[in-house]
Amino acid sequence: MTRLRPFHQASWNEPILHEQTSPGERGLLPPTVEPEIAALAGDASSALPGELRRSAPPGLPELSQPQVLRHYLRLSQETLGNDVNIHLGLGTCTMKYSPKVNEELIRSHKVADLHPLQDDETLQGILEAMWRFERTLCEVSGMERFTFQPGGGSQAVYANALMMRAYHAARGESQRDEILTTIFSHPCDGAGPATAGFKVVTVYAGERGYPDVDAIRAAVSERTAGLMITNPEDTGIFNPHIDEIVEIVHDAGGLCHYDQANANGLFGITRARDAGFDLCQFNLHKTFSSPHCSMGMPVGASGVTGELARFLPAPMVERDGASGRFYLDYDRPDSVGKLRAFHGVPATVVRSYAWVLALGGEGLREVAEVAVLNNNYLAKKVAEIPGIEISFAEGNSDRRLEQIRYSLERLQQETGLSTLDVARRTVDFGVSQYFPSHEPWIVAEPMTLEPAETVSRADLDTYAAILARVAKEAREEPELVRSSPHRSTVHYMDPEPHNDPERWALTWRAWQRKHGEG
Amino acid sequence: MPYTAHPYIPNSVPRIKEEMLREIGAASIEELYGAIPARLRLDRPLDLPPPLASEANLRRHLEGLLDTNRSCKETLSFLGGGCWPHYVPAVCDEIASRGEFLTAYYGETYSDHGKMQALFEGASMLGDLVELDAVSQPTYDWGTAAATALSMAGRLTGRGKVLVPESVAPERRSVIHGYCDASLDVVEVPFEPGSGLLDLEALRSLLDSDTAAVYVENPGYLGTIETRSARIAELAHEAGALAVVGVDPISLGVLEAPPRYGADLVCGELQPLGIHMGFGGGLAGFVAMPDEERFIAECPTFLIGLAKTSQGEWGFGEVVWERMSYVTRGDSSEYAGTTQNLWLIVAGVYLALLGPRGLAELGEGITQRARYAAAKLGELPGVEAPALSGPFFKELVVRFDGTGKTVAEVNRTLLDRGIHGGVDLSAAYPQLGQSALYCVTEVHTKPDIDRLVETLSEVIA
Repeated sequence: MTRLRPFHQASWNEPILHEQTSPGERGLLPPTVEPEIAALAGDASSALPGELRRSAPPGLPELSQPQVLRHYLRLSQETLGNDVNIHLGLGTCTMKYSPKVNEELIRSHKVADLHPLQDDETLQGILEAMWRFERTLCEVSGMERFTFQPGGGSQAVYANALMMRAYHAARGESQRDEILTTIFSHPCDGAGPATAGFKVVTVYAGERGYPDVDAIRAAVSERTAGLMITNPEDTGIFNPHIDEIVEIVHDAGGLCHYDQANANGLFGITRARDAGFDLCQFNLHKTFSSPHCSMGMPVGASGVTGELARFLPAPMVERDGASGRFYLDYDRPDSVGKLRAFHGVPATVVRSYAWVLALGGEGLREVAEVAVLNNNYLAKKVAEIPGIEISFAEGNSDRRLEQIRYSLERLQQETGLSTLDVARRTVDFGVSQYFPSHEPWIVAEPMTLEPAETVSRADLDTYAAILARVAKEAREEPELVRSSPHRSTVHYMDPEPHNDPERWALTWRAWQRKHGEG
Repeated sequence: MPYTAHPYIPNSVPRIKEEMLREIGAASIEELYGAIPARLRLDRPLDLPPPLASEANLRRHLEGLLDTNRSCKETLSFLGGGCWPHYVPAVCDEIASRGEFLTAYYGETYSDHGKMQALFEGASMLGDLVELDAVSQPTYDWGTAAATALSMAGRLTGRGKVLVPESVAPERRSVIHGYCDASLDVVEVPFEPGSGLLDLEALRSLLDSDTAAVYVENPGYLGTIETRSARIAELAHEAGALAVVGVDPISLGVLEAPPRYGADLVCGELQPLGIHMGFGGGLAGFVAMPDEERFIAECPTFLIGLAKTSQGEWGFGEVVWERMSYVTRGDSSEYAGTTQNLWLIVAGVYLALLGPRGLAELGEGITQRARYAAAKLGELPGVEAPALSGPFFKELVVRFDGTGKTVAEVNRTLLDRGIHGGVDLSAAYPQLGQSALYCVTEVHTKPDIDRLVETLSEVIA
């Protein structure tokens, strides 16, 4: 029996920085200007056009260095990152250990202080890492080429929608203006194509928890540009008809994109290209271990077949066959253009390359197998908790892969407490609030858990015990759950002010204007 | 042979796996993959290099590989053009490397209160700089921020055209086109080749009743400050369009807050604010707007708001979550996703350290250094510096036509002597001849600038 430890999160009641301002204090002094420069350049402000010279100093806080450091360290303590909690509650996010050695590598000036437009000869190391990692992803997916320019999965999906648009335009088939996606695929599989100007058709799941082949057949037409789909979808159920679905879309003249944001259960098991997909994407900050950086530093590595490679954004990293030198190739006339400046987040490519090097092919397969084992182990424990069920369990007894969408509907019916109440209460036990589901909530009172390969059996036991405890509390002490959290950084907050233009405050300036001081 | 335990994978211990399998009633791991048909299974091991499972071996290998890079710590670099060398304070690196911030993701009000506060404060301080009450959470970079600001302007006005200076960075223009072409006609406005400033006559002729926005930058890609920004905003407003201004926030200690000269929307780049260049990975953008319901409704990014908890503590939450593409899915006008949040935290740390005085002094020092470099470079025979007559902040166009050498030739020789010359503009801006964009910031000392000038004098001799 797992015993839950007493816990209280750091709670500093830290004031907003602006409340701590102490006029005259300085946190950092800019480098002094040499007298010769000052003499020759004169008063800088006279060099600037009067109309555009700052007329009033910005209302920034004034603080000394130790005050700034302490403030931010306290805020960091009030944050439950993967390094400090059993972070398996964020299904679809693949929270896993990000090796510290990789951080040391990318903090070196050999990565951190590279300018993106340096001459190729000064970039051989990082270009080689990017080139070799591209080969790695080609082997993992079966695709021909990858770009690392897109920031995150959403931008990679958007990029792949742009490439679909370019592909059909090049074939004189610009009338293809519809993209199919599914309701359990990530919302960006609809939003990315919509941004690129496509009309999006969403296919719903059948009884087995995934779209039927017939539903796809009914949705395609001569207007179909492509399909954007995840597999397994958020449910963790693998769709065994995926290659048939791809074929139906191909027969209709469309392309197929495999959203592999959550590929953690599939390394060495099955590959995008082998199911017939034309494009795919991996989220290096999820499956490939790069840290999530408070929602930052992502790479959505976007992969395509040889036929589509000419549409990839510039530049691409190439190797000169004769000299073996690596170079950036900007000469890509058919490219869809830039998605963002320069080369995306190369540090994240280096991190992921290091992670793969530490594992090798066999290790990657071990990642997948243990992730799936962990998920099934957790599923058994969680499904034993009265009131919590695995979604689509009645229609489909297949084992789930790397994640599962559960339903707390029965618990809700019995106690009146929602999954959001339960999620909030789990924070009192030292774990990050779990992710219910993307909207819309097709599965009632959802909870999506994804234990990656880096949690231990004891972690899984602990997490299941926390859920069991909260479910028990929901029956015996519902008010305790409803009014939670009690041992977190802060207490319950009514979310309504954030939807009210009269009250919401996106900056301290706005808060002061609407609510006065403090 | 069963896989031996890997340090990153606790349950890779064969005994533990067996016990877990027994617990779930499965005979083997293979059974867990029963749903995947044989025809889709990879029937061979992944063909990847053998693992470097020992951390010491891995580090040795990768440090060896990365050592072949030559960083801007090892060369004297005057490269800018959208990613710039600025001093990164130690406290910024310390906060950026905190495991809690580094490995947090989507935890919100209760799990990640500290992260939410740091992001809110970052947005607040950007609001202080640009004097607007609503600031987005990060976009990927300045270019994607500009694309979003222009898309917002299109929806806010219900119009179909945006005017963008031809002097916007070529990559940024490409980003804007890719993003906006589906919904907007993006039209380039020429600049005056002598000054680098927007051609107002051309602007007037392009402005019409279908124009949603006029976009300018301060400073622009070519380094110049748009002296007639107020007039441009006025012209935009007279036509019923919005004025959108892109900024490098490190200039805002000395340059005016854009709304004071008529800006409706402001966007820009965070990288100068305490963030390493990281081969371009240090970029992060933002969009600032008036705190009005109609603007907020069109903003596609995450927005973090401040409120009080039931106990009167500060609390943070998502503002108007329902507007986001996580909810609107295929009906979205713009997608959202994971962007560059850690850099907004770091930018906040930077602004808190600098304060209003620090930022002003820094801006003045940069302006002085850039003017000193221009004066010294301009003394070189055949070199025109600054080649554009418009006032500049930290970057200037240097023209080499009179030396008989191309920028490529000059830069090649400079590099042989340990210096990265300015960004070559000759392909993107043929109207500027053989010109390069030189970036001078607070990291450059007088000896650095003098060394550049001396070396250049030899190179062009």
